[in-house]
Amino acid sequence: MSEVAKTKEPKEPLFSKKNKQLVTDPLTDNNPITIQVLGICSALAITVQVKQAVVMSISVMFVLILGNMIISMLRNLIPSRIRIIVQLVVVASLVIIVDQLLAAFMPDVSEQLSVFVGLIITNCIIMGRFEAFAMANKPWPSIMDGFGNALGYAWILVLVAVVRELLGSGSLYGYKIFGSAIPGEEWGLYTMGYANNNMMILPPMALIVVGIIIWVQRSRNKALIEEH
Amino acid sequence: MAVNRDSNGYTFAFAITLVVVVGAILASIAMWTKPYKNANDEVKKKMDILKALLPSEEANDISRKNAAEEFVKYVNMEDAVVLDMNGNVLEGEDAFSIDIKKQYRDKKLKAEEKKYPLFVATNKEGKKSYVIPVVGTGLWGPIWGNICLAEDMKTIQGATFDHKTETPGLGAEIKQAFFIKGWIGEEVSDENGFKKFEVVKDNSGALPSKIDGITGGTITSKGVEEMANRCLEIYVSYFNNLKK
Repeated sequence: MSEVAKTKEPKEPLFSKKNKQLVTDPLTDNNPITIQVLGICSALAITVQVKQAVVMSISVMFVLILGNMIISMLRNLIPSRIRIIVQLVVVASLVIIVDQLLAAFMPDVSEQLSVFVGLIITNCIIMGRFEAFAMANKPWPSIMDGFGNALGYAWILVLVAVVRELLGSGSLYGYKIFGSAIPGEEWGLYTMGYANNNMMILPPMALIVVGIIIWVQRSRNKALIEEH
Repeated sequence: MAVNRDSNGYTFAFAITLVVVVGAILASIAMWTKPYKNANDEVKKKMDILKALLPSEEANDISRKNAAEEFVKYVNMEDAVVLDMNGNVLEGEDAFSIDIKKQYRDKKLKAEEKKYPLFVATNKEGKKSYVIPVVGTGLWGPIWGNICLAEDMKTIQGATFDHKTETPGLGAEIKQAFFIKGWIGEEVSDENGFKKFEVVKDNSGALPSKIDGITGGTITSKGVEEMANRCLEIYVSYFNNLKK
């Protein structure tokens, strides 16, 4: 990285206020899902169970941090006319590498992830951060930005999954919270006539839950409401 | 840098370099991980056969670590047979090495050329069971599994189903215990021969062999139904010949 040597600016501490903000901003006031409304596709597809939401979040974090770093290192070399294609190649290659390594050395995890690894490519947050941040910033802030945005994505994803799994399947992370609804073997709340809300399992409910989160967030912080 | 980064030459050079570098990296990673993946696949195949074979308490103890060891305890590969589409035994075939998923994908392969392996296992009490590998199509991609018949060659004693790309929480639920439970105890044949299955909602179907489907996973459920009916029928004719 020759450009690091060339700069004459005083060295910024690794965890300066500015760098910390890169991590904390996406958690709330600049959240990729609730404010930028990116990554909705995966929020919809994989929030039926908490476990899958967690695994997806970790995978996205890995790809986003590494991808941001690579794009940021290449930012002065990438021709501007094909930059989107270059970004796409980087994210696709990273995803394939992750997929291959998992299949070879962590086959159990690879089976759990199944289709999600491929879904990472379609996550607009990744391309969004490459284009909006990594193309214009140095590697370290880009890594922080990737971490922050992945975390902001993760907590919303897990929150939606908690609501959907609890109300839709009566369990959390696979553990039966409300008892069991299997006919003939009911226990817990189900013996008293409680029934799971099957609506929660269907994709539209993910959007409605995300909508409620957005509503709560904007009513608490009026500055986030757009003026028309 | 003196190079004009917006020139056509630079853009082409960058694109070509990028493709070559990325291609080389991906190809070498694929080659390097291949032997590991093949070994994993073989262990997985043994695991799946054991999971269909053993009662659920014991099946839960099967992991990648002990699968190969446990497999030889139960399954004697010398008893395994390979059948053709009419249920006749094909001699000189290795049942374990037959890749039924590959056969199923291969559209050029004629039905007569397809081979159907059957694994025969003996439990601690000396009772035999028969493990039948099955393969079919779900909503997004292939689904597969193993169905294990008890000593009477008609009662389903256990099963496993798996998939690669079915919708999580919906079609992907075919691998869960509650769905598999519906299959256990069902019979694949009666005096009239093969008995078709139906995967339906709340016992609404017309056929006697009904299995509870998955809410929101109708197409995958129907895929399992088609897979079981198509594959099991071949083996039933073999079993009927064997009983005579």
